[in-house]
Amino acid sequence: MLWNLPFITVVILTLIGLVTVLLKKNIIKILLGINILNSAVNLFLISLGYREGGVAPIFTLAPSELMVLPTPQALVLTSIVIGVATSALILSFAMILQKKYGTVDIDKIRRLQG
Amino acid sequence: MKKLLVVGVSLLILAGFFGMMAMTFSFGSPMITDMDDYFLRHGQEQTASNNECTAVVFDYRGFDTLGESTVLFCAIIGASLIFRKMQGGEEHEDE
Amino acid sequence: MRMSRIVRIGADILYPAIVIFGLYIVAHGHLTPGGGFQGGAVIATGGALVIVAYSYKEVTEWLTKKVLMGQEVIGLLGFIGAGLLAFAVGQVFFFNFLANTGSLFGMPVPYGINPGELNTAGVIPVMNFAVGIEVWGGLTIVILYMLSGLEKEGT
Repeated sequence: MLWNLPFITVVILTLIGLVTVLLKKNIIKILLGINILNSAVNLFLISLGYREGGVAPIFTLAPSELMVLPTPQALVLTSIVIGVATSALILSFAMILQKKYGTVDIDKIRRLQG
Repeated sequence: MKKLLVVGVSLLILAGFFGMMAMTFSFGSPMITDMDDYFLRHGQEQTASNNECTAVVFDYRGFDTLGESTVLFCAIIGASLIFRKMQGGEEHEDE
Repeated sequence: MRMSRIVRIGADILYPAIVIFGLYIVAHGHLTPGGGFQGGAVIATGGALVIVAYSYKEVTEWLTKKVLMGQEVIGLLGFIGAGLLAFAVGQVFFFNFLANTGSLFGMPVPYGINPGELNTAGVIPVMNFAVGIEVWGGLTIVILYMLSGLEKEGT
C-alpha cells in the first residue's frame, strides 16, 4: 500500500518523541525520546527520494537502470553519525551526575556543586 | 486531571496540523530531480566509481563529510575528558 | 568470577574474523554498499565482544588507550591530508586528482552495468580507509572510558 504510509509514520513518531522529551523526569528516558526524534527525521529524509519501481543507485550488477535519488541518502549518513555522538555525550553526563548527586531525577538536581 | 486535558487537546491540534501537511506529499514521484539526474548520468565518467552514494558523500559533497568527522572527533574528546583526575585525587584514569 | 570456558574460546575465535570482515566492508566502499563509517562501526562491535567475554583488567593489557587515541588522531589527519594533496597538482580543495589517470587507483570505468574492479575510483578508497580507522578508534575508546569510570567505584 503505497498511499502515504511512511509520512503518517513520521508524524506519529514525532509526536511520541516530543511527548517523551517534555513530560518525563528521568534523564535516561529523555535520552530515549531524543533518539526517537532522530529516527523520525531520518525516515522523513529517506522517503522523500523514492521513485516507484527503482533499485539502489549502485552500478555493480544492478537489476535495472531506473534508480532512486542518491542525495538524501548522503544527508542521512551524516545525521546518523551525529545522533551517535549526541547519545555518547549525554550518557557520560548521566554517569557523572549519578556519582555526584546520587540520583538521576532532574527535579532533585538543582544546585551547582564545587 | 487538568494537566492531562491540556496535554491531550494540544496533541490533537498538533496531530491534525501535521497530518494535513503529510497528505499533500506524493510518495513515489519526487517533484524536483534535476541535480540527481545529473549525478546519475555523469557520475561514472567523472568520479570513476560504481557506487553513487559513496561518490556523492566523498566527492561531490566532501566538505560535509569533513564537518561530520570533526563533530564525531570533538564529541569523543568531550566524553573522555569527563572521566579525569579530580582535585582531591579521588578518581584517576589508568596509566 | 569469570565467564565459562566456552564463551572465552568463542570470543577468541570470532574476534579476528570480525576485524577482517569490517576491513573488507571498508576496502570495497566504492563497489558495494558500505564505506568508511559502516565498516568502522562493525570493527568496534568486535571490541565490545572481547570486553564482555573477559574482564576489564585483562583487556586493557593489550588494548591500550594510548594506541586507540593515536589511531583516531591519525585517521582525521589523513582525511584532511588527502584533501590538501590536490594543491600539489594545481586544483582546488578536495579534488579527485587520481581518477581516470594511470597511477594508483586510476583505471577508468566502463559505462553502464558491469561487475566492478578494485583498481578504480581515485582518491575515494584512501578517504574510506582514513575514516574507517578514525571511527574504529573513536567508538572503542568511548566504551573503554565508560567502563573505567565504573571500575573505580569500589565494587
